Amino acid sequence: MNSQHIAAVSEAGDARTDDASTEPASEPSRTITLSVNGRRQTCQVSERKHLADFLRQDLALTGTHVGCEHGVCGACTVWVDGVTARSCLMLAVQTDGSDVRTVESLALDGGGLSVLQQAFQDHHGLQCGFCTPGILMSLTELLRDDPEPDEATVRLTLSGHLCRCTGYQNIVAAALDAAAKLRAAR
Amino acid sequence: MKPPAFRYHAPRSLDEALELAVALPNSRWLAGGQSLMPMLNFRLVSPEHLIDLNRVEGLAGIREVDRAIVLGAMTRQREIEFSPLVRAQLPLLAEAIHWVGHPQTRNRGTIGGSLCHLDPSAEQPTVALAMDATLSIAGPNGRRELAMRDFALDLMTSALDDGELLVDVRIVPWAPGHGGAFVEFARRHGDFAIISVAVLLEADDGGRIVRASITLGGVAATPVRVAAAENCLLGTRVAPEEIDAAAKCCAMVDALGDPQVPAWYRQRLANTLAARAISLAHSRMKTTRS
Ligand code: FES
Ligand code: FES
Repeated sequence: MNSQHIAAVSEAGDARTDDASTEPASEPSRTITLSVNGRRQTCQVSERKHLADFLRQDLALTGTHVGCEHGVCGACTVWVDGVTARSCLMLAVQTDGSDVRTVESLALDGGGLSVLQQAFQDHHGLQCGFCTPGILMSLTELLRDDPEPDEATVRLTLSGHLCRCTGYQNIVAAALDAAAKLRAAR
Repeated sequence: MKPPAFRYHAPRSLDEALELAVALPNSRWLAGGQSLMPMLNFRLVSPEHLIDLNRVEGLAGIREVDRAIVLGAMTRQREIEFSPLVRAQLPLLAEAIHWVGHPQTRNRGTIGGSLCHLDPSAEQPTVALAMDATLSIAGPNGRRELAMRDFALDLMTSALDDGELLVDVRIVPWAPGHGGAFVEFARRHGDFAIISVAVLLEADDGGRIVRASITLGGVAATPVRVAAAENCLLGTRVAPEEIDAAAKCCAMVDALGDPQVPAWYRQRLANTLAARAISLAHSRMKTTRS
């Protein structure tokens, strides 16, 4: 996808960070270049830092939430190269050359809500909002790949997410409503 | 938690990867990361070096070679799920892959990672055993091939030696008209399976079973082929009594027990799900006359 990025950064393997970042100077790190929400960035990152922590701590993109850190809750779900992934189960260094999208990329250019986000608001698809960023990323992928999902398909997508507040019903309603609105707008 | 400190390596070629594994002490291969990353975050493992296979050229992809389907070890479960070749030639694998985790984890998880991790409840090792897959392995001393039944040694223990790497998995499709079924029971969809059953049946023109494969996943430390159950069906037209007898054989397999799922419960489930899977596979068979 971003071969020019990959070429630009080739093997900066042993570079150490001694800037003011959170890692101690001894922490092995690498330089990576990636695109986050359409903006190309070059960063020094600790080798063991997972992508979710990198997005939150290094790029201040705190929309991506960290729940379980073992792939179960789905709160950390982002897009990597056009498909959803658990950002707690990827190392930031693995995204060198990748295109990463987070919940911050969903709002419209003027700052308005996306059709799906608006549907969440209309249907009370969130309460505390902890699970919401991950769910929005997964449902945005679903609506891109399948413009006419049935309820079972929506629920299957949601099976990769835990929400402790809503009981899921309103999330399903929001997803189906957004799908209908997107179809109508086509 | 956060993973313990390690050094990260991202080789570009198989040779480079193999050399790193020889040179670096206490290293682990990193495939799709959907099992290893949780284990790191839990600090259940603490390798000094992670060798990432995601940038190694030539380890991913699905192709047909001499009537066999060859799946590169780094082929993502998503690619398997949407592959027309897999759907047409390996319907059992296509059916099983839907049970693997969630769409979000299948986007990264790989078949090779699952086969080497060998979680007892995992679907892909069960299918590999059911279909007598052949695994191609590269190591410091060259290449070797191993049948799946010789590869899965014990609970989460494969036959890979130090420095060895799974390169691809070769599966020979069953004859057209065969019937297959993969059924599973988990408390919620996408959870680790309590047990799963894979069944393949092939009949002659008269509808008599000439080839049968019955495999249980999640019952024992590794997937188990139940030859006694297969023998109950061979030569028959799969009458209800024969399904019953085969399912009973599945309930006699030595089962793992834990506080949540005692062994007797796994055996009962094996009985029920085996009967279901056999009926389903049988109903999907297409014989010229039956
Ligand atoms: S924080 Fe990544 S899945 Fe829970
Ligand atoms: S809205 Fe609170 S966890 Fe989903």
